[in-house]
Amino acid sequence: MKKLPLSQLDAFFAALAAGQELYIPAGDAGTAAFTPWREGLKLTPALNTSRSAKDLFFPQVENLVDFKVTGKQIEIIENRAPAKPFVIFGVRACDCRSFDILDKVFLADPADTYYKTRRENGTIVTLACTEPEETCFCTALGIDPANPAGDVSGWIAEDTLYLQANTGKGSALLETLPMLEEGEKPELDQPVFDRLPLKDLDWSAFGGERMMEHFNSPKWASLAESCLGCGSCTFVCPTCQCYDIKDFNTGSEIKRFRCWDSCMYSDFTLMSAGQPRPTQLERFRQRFMHKLVYYPSTHEGEFGCVGCGRCLQKCPISMNIVKVAGTLGKEETP
Amino acid sequence: MRHDPLIPMLAQVTDIRQDTPDVKTLRVVGLDGKKPFLHIPGQCAMLSIPGIGEALFSITSSPTNEDYLEFSIKKCGCVTDWLHAMEPGQQVTLRGPYGNGFPVDTDFAGKDLVFVAGGIGLAPLRSVINYVRHYRDRYGKVDIVYGSRSKADLVDYQEILDEWSKEDGISVHLTIDNPQPDWDGHVGFVPNYVKELAFDTGRTVVMCGPPIMIKFTLAGLMEQGFPRDQIYTTLELRMKCALGRCGRCNIGDKYVCKDGPVFRLDQLDQLPDEY
Repeated sequence: MKKLPLSQLDAFFAALAAGQELYIPAGDAGTAAFTPWREGLKLTPALNTSRSAKDLFFPQVENLVDFKVTGKQIEIIENRAPAKPFVIFGVRACDCRSFDILDKVFLADPADTYYKTRRENGTIVTLACTEPEETCFCTALGIDPANPAGDVSGWIAEDTLYLQANTGKGSALLETLPMLEEGEKPELDQPVFDRLPLKDLDWSAFGGERMMEHFNSPKWASLAESCLGCGSCTFVCPTCQCYDIKDFNTGSEIKRFRCWDSCMYSDFTLMSAGQPRPTQLERFRQRFMHKLVYYPSTHEGEFGCVGCGRCLQKCPISMNIVKVAGTLGKEETP
Repeated sequence: MRHDPLIPMLAQVTDIRQDTPDVKTLRVVGLDGKKPFLHIPGQCAMLSIPGIGEALFSITSSPTNEDYLEFSIKKCGCVTDWLHAMEPGQQVTLRGPYGNGFPVDTDFAGKDLVFVAGGIGLAPLRSVINYVRHYRDRYGKVDIVYGSRSKADLVDYQEILDEWSKEDGISVHLTIDNPQPDWDGHVGFVPNYVKELAFDTGRTVVMCGPPIMIKFTLAGLMEQGFPRDQIYTTLELRMKCALGRCGRCNIGDKYVCKDGPVFRLDQLDQLPDEY
């Protein structure tokens, strides 16, 4: 294990950023975001970023390919910028788990090469949580916020940053940093996790089983009733991966973009032949069924949720996966 | 770097046939003039006109056709309007094939088959029918029930008359919704016609058509006692990627683009009714 006095954090960031682009969580609570490090940029005081770290592997908008159309001829122009290595510092345990969930979608054969290239070029340095928010529930999903994964795991205790490489990529990164000293992390207390309001969340009623029972539950009507369909939950979610593909004609060429999309939107599934999810009830149900049942069903029981709590904080009507699972999972007493 | 699965190949439309007032069949080859890829009957491909959009279409030609792919396309939106307006020689982009296809070499082998199609629903079944015709000795009796609004709306009418109807062991049963002067065939809706024809319940049924046709035909088949695991259909939902990632075409935990589009009725029974 390596260690570094926090007083040298700026020098540490500068050394990391010398070799590749470095992203750190910066900005005030509510707007904190992974930001390219420049001299003077400080770590956010907020526990986590407003949007998840998935943007760095699966950006909100990306140009896939360009076309030139001349008469009846079409030219395909592959304009992909050469991949550059980068480091993300300060990823929390929940967001780090979300990469495993996204990997199973984007790296399944045939792999999405845009995502794959970024994954290969990105080195993840996580940071353990010491003071979670009351909306956090990663522990209920088997994630240990005090011992995050990643290429390098990081802990801040007292005035020291401790770093432990977990992968070859992680070791290689730490070797480039001469200011690190050898050191052992002290035992850290974690009583705060035991006091989280959502720590006893029980999702045993969900997983890959009981799909039809949950789908046909009469409770969806009241749960979905006030959903505005704004899609905020899908945009802040670290595991939401739905996307749209759209062409834009610049006048001289046609640019094909991939953009995040949301199953909460009415035109998401709209076809000339009809609409399989005609009201917000079906769209709302789709999102939660995907996280709680459909994804686990095809991925060995793993939930499509990491308990980061962003949807709990951002939903304007205060509806969220915890309430949905709590209501649906409750046994009826006749 | 290996091409991304979302990056299409270039292809060329060599022939456009006006099948019905709103259906055209496009013949597509690669830029080298050859068939772009091999497929299984029932599989689909993404056709696109850059700047207009990309959409998934079933491949209507049989894999036994070694020269080109064909797509029968009904005019009903932005992309299909454009495909209808273009002329032969136009390049398009193509990627695929996608989906599971019909089990033509396994479950269908040796079976007596009944094909039931309505309107443009014939497009995916035509690939299977011509495959079955090519390997005629691998299958038993074949009946084809096909209905449309009017005579003019029957897709591939000429091929049905000139080829399918004349083949031994294949019976073609055409029907149109309303009587018209130049039609001396059956008049009436497909579900009732299928019931009238009273097929043996040991036969394998392959169905594609508008939801309302499927619904009532199924009800009739159930009444006659057909087992649900002998009925196949092919589905269509909105898609962007065709790789099970864009998140649109799932029915429960199955994606139509990669786990379908072909499903057996007993498989659909296990899934939510959301298609």
